[in-house]
Amino acid sequence: MFKKFSPTADVSSQSLLKSSVQRQVRSALLAQYPALAADQGVLLEQIWPKKEAVSLLKCREHISIYALQGEPLFFQQYDGPLMPSLRLLHKYPDLLPHVQVDRGAIRFLLAGAHMMCPGFTSAGGRLPPKESGLPAGAPVAIHCEGKEHASAVGITKLSTEEIKSLNKNVGVELVTYLGDDLWTNPKLL
Amino acid sequence: MAEVATVSALPEAPAPLRMLYCEICSFPPEYCEFGSHATKCKTWLEETHPDLYQKYYSDDALQAKLSALSVEAQSKLEQETAKKEAKADAKALAEAKKKEAAQVTIKRIERNKRKFVTSIHGLETFGIDLKKAAKAFATKFATGSSVTKNPQGFDEIVVQGDVSDDILEIIEDAGTGGGGQLGALLKAVPADNVLCIEEKKKKDPPAA
Repeated sequence: MFKKFSPTADVSSQSLLKSSVQRQVRSALLAQYPALAADQGVLLEQIWPKKEAVSLLKCREHISIYALQGEPLFFQQYDGPLMPSLRLLHKYPDLLPHVQVDRGAIRFLLAGAHMMCPGFTSAGGRLPPKESGLPAGAPVAIHCEGKEHASAVGITKLSTEEIKSLNKNVGVELVTYLGDDLWTNPKLL
Repeated sequence: MAEVATVSALPEAPAPLRMLYCEICSFPPEYCEFGSHATKCKTWLEETHPDLYQKYYSDDALQAKLSALSVEAQSKLEQETAKKEAKADAKALAEAKKKEAAQVTIKRIERNKRKFVTSIHGLETFGIDLKKAAKAFATKFATGSSVTKNPQGFDEIVVQGDVSDDILEIIEDAGTGGGGQLGALLKAVPADNVLCIEEKKKKDPPAA
């Protein structure tokens, strides 16, 4: 999503959020992320204090980015799931469920390619077990074999059980990855 | 009033992980080998964080990495990273050369018989924020100033009035630390890279 993104050219508008809209977004986040809602929402309060004014940046292709003092926190496309920026995910790795790809896929991941099923089912890849399987369309943190930090955020195209059984075609679509234009611009406007 | 209710302490939020990002390529150090500055990142890590260097580049770590990939895949990966790094170096070199050769052009354009506008272009290559500079010029010279796009596509600052000599002075002063706020903005411009031109933009008068 952020393969070609230039803050000067691609951001069409920037506005401070009204507190009513802010409350809506926060409750959407609490609903979507159990890690944020745990412990009476303390984590969300730390990442995004209720009193702080958060700005909304509207970008091309209906991407909205919620940024706190210029640093992007979450973003979404159309009305899709809200996803954390990779930098935020590095600070709080438990926001998203993890999937892992093997080493051979790393260079393609860092170039922005979508991850194919065999990358998850081979020896170096890992998927969550059946009890905590993920449905299609769920945001995930993509880790790499042998690395401790996430390298990308993606959306599952097939459920994890289907990835294990079908093992063909795209498994996880990449939304943002290490080194893309959202990463290289940690402060937007 | 009833007795004061005890305030229940809110549970502590989990602390954020302190992330170390490589100074050279901005990735977490474990991903530096896939970036375009692998060798530079490696030397930087060795100097600044020897413990992490041991963790990622020690012999056992490299051995573990090798075992994960087949031999041809590993050699292909090495070739590709070497190529990428060479390309990144060439690009950085070309950019540095461009910066040296970059000209800041100060044009004095005639608007009417005795009115001029001064156009400055070429400040972008020195990383100067054009909007801030334009505003600073406007306050300094008490005239209007704006950032416009050239027909060639470059951004230039247009200041009303004939201030070309003043701007030249400011750039010279900026080099030596004078000039106040405006000087601080224009610091990056070396005085020899400035070129002054006079332009006579005479539009033909419409047929009477």
